[in-house]
Amino acid sequence: MTPVIEVKHLFRYFGDIKAVDDLSFSVFPGQVYGFLGQNGAGKSTTIRMLLTLIQQGSGSIEIFGMDLKKHRQEILRQTGAMIERPDLYKYLTAKDNLRIFATLSGIKITAAQIKEQLERVGLADRADSKVKTFSQGMKQRLGIAVALVHDPKLVILDEPTNGLDPQGIADMRKLILHLRRDLGKTVFVSSHLLNEIELIADSVLIINKGKKVAEGNKDDLLNPAKTMVELITDNAGKAYALLKESAWAENLVSHQYDIIILEVDKSRVPELNRSLVEKGINVRSLRPKHSLEDYFLSLTGH
Amino acid sequence: MYRYSTYILVLLLLTAYSGSSQTAEEVIHQIRTKLEKVNDYEAKGKMKTNVTFIKIPIANVTVYFKRPDKLRIKNDKGLSFVPKGTVNLNLGSLFTTGSNFDIIDVGKESGSNLRIIKMLPREENADVVLSTLYIDEQKMVIKKAKTTTRENGTYELDLTYGKYAEYGLADKVIFSFNTKDYKLPKGVTFDYDDGSDEKIPDKMKNRKGKVEITYSSYSINKGVPDAVFNSP
Amino acid sequence: MWQLFQIEVYKIFRRPRTYIAFAVIAFIILLIQIGLKFGGKEYVGIVMSGLNETFEAPTDQVLNGYFVCYLTLNLLLIHIPILVALIAGDMISGEASMGTLRLIVAKPVSRSRLLLIKFTASCFYTLILLIWVAIFALLLSVLLFGTNDLLVAKVSGSNIISSADVLWRYFAAFVFAGIGLITVAALSFMFSVFADNSIGPIVATVCVIIVFTILTQMQIPFYDETVKPYLFTTHMLGWKGFFYVKGVEGVTVDGSIENFPAIVKSGLILLVYAALFVFVAIWYFRKKNILS
Repeated sequence: MTPVIEVKHLFRYFGDIKAVDDLSFSVFPGQVYGFLGQNGAGKSTTIRMLLTLIQQGSGSIEIFGMDLKKHRQEILRQTGAMIERPDLYKYLTAKDNLRIFATLSGIKITAAQIKEQLERVGLADRADSKVKTFSQGMKQRLGIAVALVHDPKLVILDEPTNGLDPQGIADMRKLILHLRRDLGKTVFVSSHLLNEIELIADSVLIINKGKKVAEGNKDDLLNPAKTMVELITDNAGKAYALLKESAWAENLVSHQYDIIILEVDKSRVPELNRSLVEKGINVRSLRPKHSLEDYFLSLTGH
Repeated sequence: MYRYSTYILVLLLLTAYSGSSQTAEEVIHQIRTKLEKVNDYEAKGKMKTNVTFIKIPIANVTVYFKRPDKLRIKNDKGLSFVPKGTVNLNLGSLFTTGSNFDIIDVGKESGSNLRIIKMLPREENADVVLSTLYIDEQKMVIKKAKTTTRENGTYELDLTYGKYAEYGLADKVIFSFNTKDYKLPKGVTFDYDDGSDEKIPDKMKNRKGKVEITYSSYSINKGVPDAVFNSP
Repeated sequence: MWQLFQIEVYKIFRRPRTYIAFAVIAFIILLIQIGLKFGGKEYVGIVMSGLNETFEAPTDQVLNGYFVCYLTLNLLLIHIPILVALIAGDMISGEASMGTLRLIVAKPVSRSRLLLIKFTASCFYTLILLIWVAIFALLLSVLLFGTNDLLVAKVSGSNIISSADVLWRYFAAFVFAGIGLITVAALSFMFSVFADNSIGPIVATVCVIIVFTILTQMQIPFYDETVKPYLFTTHMLGWKGFFYVKGVEGVTVDGSIENFPAIVKSGLILLVYAALFVFVAIWYFRKKNILS
């Protein structure tokens, strides 16, 4: 299967700063591809190179199997994007914005189509309102509508949940899943928030300081055989001392305040609980930690 | 009969010319008498102005005159830029001081055979200092007049006569005068420099200007209301 | 292409700031007209100060609609560039500061084409503005003051143009002024490409025009002989060339222009400047990294 996006050994320097450093990855059709990294990790630079907003450094970018430098127009015709904030023409109506970006994408759009697009993002009743009267969530949704107005095969969303309230985040999540599941689009979505990516992505790419630190199937990254376990007891000191002298000693990772962290096989979590209880330790909480987050933190050294 | 009388007239004139030449005073008197036949007139004509620092279209004008010294030039349409001093277009104004001047007979101009007579007003403070008249004695008309004034420099009239000669009215008058300095405050106009200015140096300085009026018709002694002489 | 142009024009004319220029022009011209209606004779007196000693000239005839229009253009055509800069200087930088530039550049339209379309839209705005000026300066002046021959005063000598010979000169002058303003639009547009906010390009354009205009007007021989012939502001005055007529023995030659080749040359210089500015804009924008 030809990847929708195939990036090979991509570099981008800004002066002496390596914004993107030997990055390679592939995004396959129908995937929601999570692009994870902290602010300043090089996500935006990568996305802007994918969209030809900034000049590509060395390396190659192929989208739909075509070289981006040579087939820019063809590629962008099938690509929709929302980059960071959903900045639109504030002094124009939602309808006008859609019409303008449809034309820029090289398509003609009818009034009925505009209505349909706005309905999809729940803005049909505000079609004639100026964007400056919109809430952040509404702007975000209109931004998505603009990204989708020309029915692209590939949708690139840069931090789509930034600045949204919990309801907005939930709506956005639903929308992204709808794009993949019902419309069969490939979605490339970046975020600095793990849980967001975890809930929607099929594959994940993690970068730090411009370098790839991990790439793979979400389930593989999320569900390794071993997991970090967070243990809270009524006496952390005693529990730590006991564990250190038992067979669990090799599983101990850290002890901070009341929290003890161990790395164990998921199947052995009940056993750990039992052994503690047997030794008279009252376990208040014993739960596997977000593995990707730990993974991410351990990889990025934070 | 007509032919005969013309013959007699020419003969008489020739006799007068070759024989007993008239005195300067007599000539002046005859000319004045002729000019005084005209009480007023309204004349149509075309006016051409030639002043170095301004370009003006040829104007269709009406010239109004009323004795003794009222004269006004009006453009039929358009901007009417009439040089000051054109009131002197009227020859009668030469004699407004009555007979209160000295007349000097200079004799004939060689070549043109015109009689040259100078008039000097006796009045101490008169603006006109000296008038020199060049007279065609056959038709008894002034062909040229040079007037020197205290205030307005020298001006000159060149006259060509046709069918109104009997009234001493010219078909064509060229009025030459001294122009005043032309200067504009800088910064008023923000001129575009199209490079054509260098060709004409010193044109702003005191120089001669000319007005040429070619009359097409006169309406003589039909009455002209005084109102036309009031500005504007 | 046509649709993209329509969109740019739509965007321009949907913004309240676009109409500031139209309101300002109408207001200024009305102010000039009111001023001249009530105190115009004194002003005409100044313009005619060089002629009054030699001629009897009726100031109320000189103060006609054509004269008022000439005067208005004289006063305005130095300042309209500021209003042109207000829009042209905002074409790219405004989108950058709004954040929409990254959206439109990520669309399947080449950057050169995008820029050309945007520049064409700026020119369209400029020309509409000029037509607005024509309506107020020429049409309204003629309605208020009537028509008569036009006295054009200049330092090196004035001329009077018959009223029948005036109108075509205004059309020609407006076309020429259009070229001048398009040059300003191109300059402003070029600055706009370099900036991420619209204040910078607008201020930069205004500064350039002020400095150049001062150099053009102050008549210091050192500058007159060196830089002045190359300043586009010098050539922007070329519209007046259509009001400098030929004369034969002091008589205006109807339908003539004193130095038409000079006007053509000025027009070409302006066009070369405009092309240069647009070229630089495209050259820079093609490799610009959109970081806004």
